[in-house]
Amino acid sequence: MAQHKVNYTQDGGLPVALTSIDKIVNWGRSNSIWALTYGLACCGIEMMASGASRYDFDRFGTIFRASPRQADVMIVAGTLTKKHAEFIKRLYDQMTEPRWVISMGSCANTGGMFNTYATVQGVDRIIPVDLYLPGCAPRPETLQYGVMLLQKKIRANKAGNAQKPKRLM
Amino acid sequence: MRTYTNKKNVQAKPYYTDRFWKAPQVAKYEVESDEVFAADLAAIKAKFPVSDAFIQVEQMTVWINASDIYGVLELMRDELAYTQLSEMSAIDFIEQRDEFEIFYQMLSMTKRKRIRIKYTIKNGQAVDSVEKLFRSADWSEREMFDMFGIEANAHPFMKRILMPYDWQGYPLLKTYPLQGDEFAAWYEVDKIYGKEAREEIGPEIRDTSTIDRYDSERFAKLGHEVPKGTEITGDEPKNEQNYQEEGGVFLIKKFDKDSSKVIDDPQR
Repeated sequence: MAQHKVNYTQDGGLPVALTSIDKIVNWGRSNSIWALTYGLACCGIEMMASGASRYDFDRFGTIFRASPRQADVMIVAGTLTKKHAEFIKRLYDQMTEPRWVISMGSCANTGGMFNTYATVQGVDRIIPVDLYLPGCAPRPETLQYGVMLLQKKIRANKAGNAQKPKRLM
Repeated sequence: MRTYTNKKNVQAKPYYTDRFWKAPQVAKYEVESDEVFAADLAAIKAKFPVSDAFIQVEQMTVWINASDIYGVLELMRDELAYTQLSEMSAIDFIEQRDEFEIFYQMLSMTKRKRIRIKYTIKNGQAVDSVEKLFRSADWSEREMFDMFGIEANAHPFMKRILMPYDWQGYPLLKTYPLQGDEFAAWYEVDKIYGKEAREEIGPEIRDTSTIDRYDSERFAKLGHEVPKGTEITGDEPKNEQNYQEEGGVFLIKKFDKDSSKVIDDPQR
């Protein structure tokens, strides 16, 4: 019989980590936030830049998915028109819980400079938003910071409980 | 009782206009001053009545009758080598004359010339489609219908192109407010959640100078955040925002700012 060389009881040699269910679930969730590809306007370009090699979203575990059923967070990047409003609601409903929404840029936050008949004055009129990123358009660093804040928010929640219904507006 | 407002033109107007100021007009020249245009106009005049023709900014404008538009464009495409319809749309003159001006911008690549064909129709009248002559007129005529409500006879698919099919109103009319009428204001709420949700979601905030008394409570200066309910004085101390919580994150090494290397040179 082979002799074990590792002393499991000393120097952290034991290959076991003790933690709570909440922490390990939230660790998994917060480090694999898959985002739905949702570039609606010029903010989408900054979102793409965040995903590309220079800013490299993959190191946060954020990978863009083209299907709402595989996505955890919806990054609404750009101007939401009234014609498109029903589709954003449909895509949000198709995302599996727990799900989060980042509203990226002035247009998604408040309608921005498009104070016109065809623009929704803020996506929070349609779907509940977790994080608002200011800027026109926000730089990739802002989106990175936003995702980091979202990770922090996920870690602060109880993992076991079902997601509380979020208030609209 | 509600105060009376004139709804003929609800677009934004200047606060002050000088009553003696006369808007400058772009100079008009005789068609005879350009021999290519003169020959084109003669060819059009031989078959169709022309009420007016002149040259402005090196382009010829020809006024014709509304019923002749298909014939004129066919003649221009097949015999005068104006092979492109670059643009067409309408201009709202309902308040002044109860009519629309329709324009067709034509381009000849061989002659290197542009001609604008124009005619007027009364409010509520339809135009003849030129979609059979130029494929570009397909979407242009749909857009004209979408924005002005002018229908094109014999168009294969006369539906809205930009606005949703169930939209009410024609947005480019002078009588249509820029920020939308009541239908536009509640369109997405009514469609997704139903009219019952109007009260819960509330009206759109269109006034850009709106100040919410909770703004300073909810939105703090970045890096100077304070707990909710704190009196905002304006000189809050720098509040170091750490990405990782005090206790650290499970399975992730705690980031130590002092032992990390800072790269100052952006051109490294």
